[in-house]
Amino acid sequence: MHAESEIREPLILGNKTYHQISEDIVRPIEGKATKQWYMLLTLATICFLWGIGCLAYTIGTGIGVWGSNNGVDWAWDITNFVWWIGIGHAGTLISAVLLLFRQKWRMAINRSAEAMTIFAVMCAAIFVVLHTGRPWLDYWLFPLPNQFGSLWVNFNSPLLWDVFAVSTYFSVSLVFWYTGLVPDFAMIRDRAVKPFSKKLYSLLSVGWGGSARHWSRFEEVSLVLAGLSTPLVFSVHSIVSMDFATSVVPGWHTTIFPPYFVAGAVFSGFAMVLTLLLIMRKVYRLENYITVKHIEYMNIIIIVTGSIVGVAYLTELFISWYSGVEYEQYAFLNRATGPYWWAYAAMMTCNVVSPQVFWFKKLRTNFAFTFVMSIVVNIGMWFERFVIIVPTLCRTFIPSTWNMYHPTFIDVGIFTGTIGMFFTFFLLFTRYFPVIAQAELKSIVKSSGQEHKEKAKHHHAH
Amino acid sequence: MGKTQYWKGLDELSNSPEFVQKAENEFAEQLPLEDFLGDNNLAQNNGTNRRDFLKFLGFSVTAASLAACETPVNKALPYVVRPEEITPGVANWYASTYFDGNDYSAILVKTREGRPIKIEGNELSKVSMGGTNARIQASILSLYDSSRLTGPTANETPVTWAISDKEIINKLTAISAKGGNIRILSSTIISPSTKSVLSDFTAKYPTTKLVTYDAVSYAGITSANELTFGKAVIPSYNFAEAEVVVSIAADFLANWLSPMEYARQYAALRRVSKSHAKMSKHFHFESNLSLTGANSDEREPIKVSEQGKVAVNLYNAVAKLTGRSALSSSALACDATIANAAKELVENKGKSLVIAGSNDTNVQLIVNGINQLLENYGKTIDIENPSNLHQGNDASFAELVNEMNAGKIDAVIYYNTNPVYTAPASLKFADAMKKVKLNISFADRSDETSRYANYIFPDHHYLESWNDFNPRKGHYSLSQPTISPLFAQPRNEGTRQAQESLLLWAGISTDYHKYIQNVWSATVFPMQGKYMMFAEFWNNSLHDGAIEVATGEEKVLAENSKDDKKKETKKKEDKKEEAKVVAKVDLGAVAQKVNSVKGGTFELALYEKVAIGNGNQANNPWLQELPDPITKITWDNYVTMSPADMEGKYLLMKRQDREASVVNVTVNGVTVKLPVVPQPGQAKGTVGIALGYGRDRAGLLSTQVGVVGQNVFPFIGVENGTLNYGSLDVKIEAANETIEIAGTQVHHTMMGREIVRVTSLEDYKKDPTAGNHPEMLHTNSGAVNPNTIDLWNEHDKLGHRWGMTIDLNSCIGCGSCVVSCTAENNVAVVGKKMVMNTREMHWLRIDRYYSTNWPSEVAEAREKASEKGVGIKDMYMDMENPAVENPKVVFQPIMCQHCNHAPCETVCPVLATNHSSDGLNAMAYNRCVGTRYCANNCPFKVRRFNWFNYNGNSDFKFNPTQDDLGRMVLNPDVVVRSRGVMEKCSMCVQRIQAGKLEAKKAERKLVDGDIKLACAQACPTNAIVFGDLNDDNSAIAQLRKTDERNYFILEEIGIKPTVSYLTKVRNCELEVPEKTEVKTAEKA
Repeated sequence: MHAESEIREPLILGNKTYHQISEDIVRPIEGKATKQWYMLLTLATICFLWGIGCLAYTIGTGIGVWGSNNGVDWAWDITNFVWWIGIGHAGTLISAVLLLFRQKWRMAINRSAEAMTIFAVMCAAIFVVLHTGRPWLDYWLFPLPNQFGSLWVNFNSPLLWDVFAVSTYFSVSLVFWYTGLVPDFAMIRDRAVKPFSKKLYSLLSVGWGGSARHWSRFEEVSLVLAGLSTPLVFSVHSIVSMDFATSVVPGWHTTIFPPYFVAGAVFSGFAMVLTLLLIMRKVYRLENYITVKHIEYMNIIIIVTGSIVGVAYLTELFISWYSGVEYEQYAFLNRATGPYWWAYAAMMTCNVVSPQVFWFKKLRTNFAFTFVMSIVVNIGMWFERFVIIVPTLCRTFIPSTWNMYHPTFIDVGIFTGTIGMFFTFFLLFTRYFPVIAQAELKSIVKSSGQEHKEKAKHHHAH
Repeated sequence: MGKTQYWKGLDELSNSPEFVQKAENEFAEQLPLEDFLGDNNLAQNNGTNRRDFLKFLGFSVTAASLAACETPVNKALPYVVRPEEITPGVANWYASTYFDGNDYSAILVKTREGRPIKIEGNELSKVSMGGTNARIQASILSLYDSSRLTGPTANETPVTWAISDKEIINKLTAISAKGGNIRILSSTIISPSTKSVLSDFTAKYPTTKLVTYDAVSYAGITSANELTFGKAVIPSYNFAEAEVVVSIAADFLANWLSPMEYARQYAALRRVSKSHAKMSKHFHFESNLSLTGANSDEREPIKVSEQGKVAVNLYNAVAKLTGRSALSSSALACDATIANAAKELVENKGKSLVIAGSNDTNVQLIVNGINQLLENYGKTIDIENPSNLHQGNDASFAELVNEMNAGKIDAVIYYNTNPVYTAPASLKFADAMKKVKLNISFADRSDETSRYANYIFPDHHYLESWNDFNPRKGHYSLSQPTISPLFAQPRNEGTRQAQESLLLWAGISTDYHKYIQNVWSATVFPMQGKYMMFAEFWNNSLHDGAIEVATGEEKVLAENSKDDKKKETKKKEDKKEEAKVVAKVDLGAVAQKVNSVKGGTFELALYEKVAIGNGNQANNPWLQELPDPITKITWDNYVTMSPADMEGKYLLMKRQDREASVVNVTVNGVTVKLPVVPQPGQAKGTVGIALGYGRDRAGLLSTQVGVVGQNVFPFIGVENGTLNYGSLDVKIEAANETIEIAGTQVHHTMMGREIVRVTSLEDYKKDPTAGNHPEMLHTNSGAVNPNTIDLWNEHDKLGHRWGMTIDLNSCIGCGSCVVSCTAENNVAVVGKKMVMNTREMHWLRIDRYYSTNWPSEVAEAREKASEKGVGIKDMYMDMENPAVENPKVVFQPIMCQHCNHAPCETVCPVLATNHSSDGLNAMAYNRCVGTRYCANNCPFKVRRFNWFNYNGNSDFKFNPTQDDLGRMVLNPDVVVRSRGVMEKCSMCVQRIQAGKLEAKKAERKLVDGDIKLACAQACPTNAIVFGDLNDDNSAIAQLRKTDERNYFILEEIGIKPTVSYLTKVRNCELEVPEKTEVKTAEKA
């Protein structure tokens, strides 16, 4: 008996030919930018410049212009840092982990996800670099040789691990991203007619010739980089979490932090990928490449990671109670019911409750709903970091030091500024870079062979 | 003639021809000149071409112009002739005296390179006993106050001394010629020489009279003593002998009469140890929660109108127990406590003390009566050796105002007083002043009073002047200049000592220094018998600063030494005879008057704050930023009100925020707008407001930050000839607006955490570890002391290992350590806005907690939670609410605990904070990048971050470092921290180093007590012990080993702090509900 397994749905819709794919992907680069694009870019740039202004003011005057104080020494700065770093995680996960697991659906989304990673890490870097009291001395955090002989950095400090983790992460991500871009740049170069863009893209494509040897090296490098990036997905946020976990502060001093931070990072990262892709597929007419299937898969990841995060929240509560430690118990009670209860409530609702609606297929395949949810998740994840940092520091061991934190105008300005920077860069990316890894994508155009079968059938009939 | 030949080498010796030839050349070897010059490449490019010329030209022009740019030149010029006593880098200490008409203290002044930078108490004085308060500590900064006048002014325009002196002499002569009245209005003068100057002045101008007026008056005590004993004096009180103290609203630890002395004496009786499990008992009746009330064992909130009635009822209770007849009385809510107090008092007859803060003569008469019943005179109250402080005479002041109004006064000279600011509104002093033709002020600035004066002749600051003091019969001290006058010719016209001005006008040209010597050789010298020569006596007196002389028939007292005490007590026993009662006061009639006082719906009790006092140093930012010990609020005065009353008025009572409702307070037709603060322990129906605020002409501070607070001196009433600091008819209306106030502590309870450990004397007697049970860690091998579990290696115990222990039983929370630390360590002033944002920089803070039914409240709350089904959230809410009615109060000074496993050290990425080999947690400011991770990880939150450049940012103009003059107060041994750097208590590492160096120079071992930290030195009660833990004989090592009260805060988290505390012991009942006891037993 002739048994044939069910045919998988194709990953690219619309029976695209190779040429059509090239055309579709290169369209935003070769064509004229739309009005919408200009409007968005203007808005993003204004926010970006505004943030630069606030940063300049901060550097000129001192970080006293923020709301942090001698009790809550970290607030929006580190909240935003962790938030942005977390967002970055999805890009690496999609490009590295999914590559290793041969998840071919990633091909339509990995390029922009990686770009998002790069930009998010840059935003995060702004906070981690400029949150110090004397940012011009930040280079002291690197183990540089100096004239003081034995003056060295403190390898015990998680903040130092952070420096290594984040810089490694950024450089590996950047290289990985760029490697992937090379064949695509070459494609644009080959099509380019204007001398300037021809020159630019040929520079960017570093002499890519498309020979079999090139392709083989490309594949090898991709695999090696994927192997390098995979542990980074887990290490970076684990180490970020250790900033908190290795401290003595009740509410921070928990072993659950590393896995829970990684889950949270993936959670928020996928949400951000969704936010970006859902806009992009509409604006650049990529509906055939970024399909409902992608959205559904990502939403499933969101349910999984969201649930992990939810379990972690509950575990924290349980452990704090079970530990019998007065300070721990109070720290968590304070998070939930103290003066910042609303932040905790926002976190719980957005991160734990809301993703559960994706159990319904109808909802997880609905574009508009997914878009709203992706923003909700990121709001929730911002609040998660806020809840971990601010309400915890507000009330630690000694009640006489308990106080409140209020953000200032500048705090808000800098955060808005990084969002502006992120979108400015992303918009420029969509305009000048191939937003989909077309070279890779072309390898899955004929995933099913259905076409040939049908052709054969047709042939037999004659 | 043979010549010894020396040769350089064998070649020279043999003197071969080659050698001779070689030796003729300048260079023995061939220089590779040819190779160099023969280089073809070089030869080709050898010529300087046009391009090179232009290059060189450009370079030299740039270099020349760069060299011409002026870099800031900081000149450090050496002395041409080195002053004998000044060695750069070495501090000189001078004995001197602080007296501002109110606070008296014999002090030592530390000078560096000729400028005074720190004030410490002089242990040789038997009056101030080495104690200093916050105001005295801060007075060093008032020296460097840019608001001071730099020369005399006439009607606000600068004049010269020469011309104005002539004018004054003419005017005064004219006045006295026509018989016009001249008055000298002054706060209390305790200087024999000044008094002599005044009599010389009076001799020249016979119509002169001295009127003594104190802003905060104790005339009630004086007049009561006049009525009882025929002596208008303030007696000396001896708290060191008072086993039972009953205070009716007398804040004797902070402000009343001679607080530093009383604090030290009081603390001596509060110190407990295993071998001496005994302490005095302190009852306190008051309306506001004062510092003294907070330290008492039994406190009763009473209305202002009840003060006298409490005295009467106490009299009756004592009379009943001693079998005397009672006075008419009325029932009070606190009668049970009164009976209790009476019982204790009678049991300790002659070893007790009853005092009252009221300035009402009648109340003081009753109190005198009680003390007579208790036979305290001659024992704890010494009327024979009275205090000379607080001689203010309210009646004569009121009379002066009347005379001025009537135009009877032709000239008034103001010395050390500011009546326009401090006088009651009803006296309308400013108006009276305008009726006087000649007003001469000696104020150091154009303040509220002197602005109306025709002439201001600015007096020297006390650190620039000579003076003498006689604070109590038989006790003398001197003050000497520790710096030459800051404002002097030729740059400024200069200030001049008031006494010198008066002498000059009296036609006497002796300088005041010589004048004092003359006075002393005539009066003080004969009273002593120790020195034969006056010069010797003078030099020794000047060296010691404070001396004691015989007060009558007795012989000279020996020098200060420990065995002195015995002699003294012996002496006291000798003169046991009770003070003679001259006129039998009809206490019955007095009691009737007292009882007839009718209370109002709202009553007001005015009080002084530890920091600001009567406001004469209101321009001192250190004092403005010192939190009030009770409310912890800085930079403001406010209305304290019972939370119950506030609820009734719908006023804002948020605990966690800085917002406060504003109310209009009206007394005697004067209305003042002030924020209102909920104050647990405030008697219902009463409000309290601090004096000393609202000075609009205090100096630059008021222009830099605005007028601080509101002036409530106008609220003072004048009743029965004395100033009354309470008002029984106060109108309080909500102003329907809110304002932000800056408190350094917004959470007021301990939330059931054992941060401050407390026990009762009874329990302590049974078990010295009472209240101090170490937190145990439950492991698989049973409960273990967390100190025994360690992830880290133990530190080496070589050399010194510094440690500090604070006796919470002795700490009264007064805050002088905080100001002392500020002065010693150049701590920045950050201002109200920054304090509001929890950014105060104090390295040392004093935490204050309220507790309800201490210490069972937590147990109770937990029980409530478990039994009555109250949720855990409500349980904590219960804990958050401090008892409204009458809380117990504890104080806890907290500075860096110098943890041996410091959480801050492990997290700093750049190793800016490190452990020193002698056990200190050190900060390398230069290395600090400012990640603030250390501050987050500090369990005590003692790390202070420089959020701004407080030394340059124009928003912080009031910081002394931003003022050329103010900068002179900085301690050169301590670096001024820049923006973006973390700082914290260094355990005065500069003092430790200095002490070590001294010992090294003297080639001896460091002895315990060689090093005294700034906080420990300033502590009036000696609550802070510092020393070397590695030295087995040191006081601290002994204490750590033997005292069961010793504990470390949060030691259960494994940080191994270096600073420890001693459990607070209270001499009152533990209020543990029976149920809880059973529960804990079950648990155990």
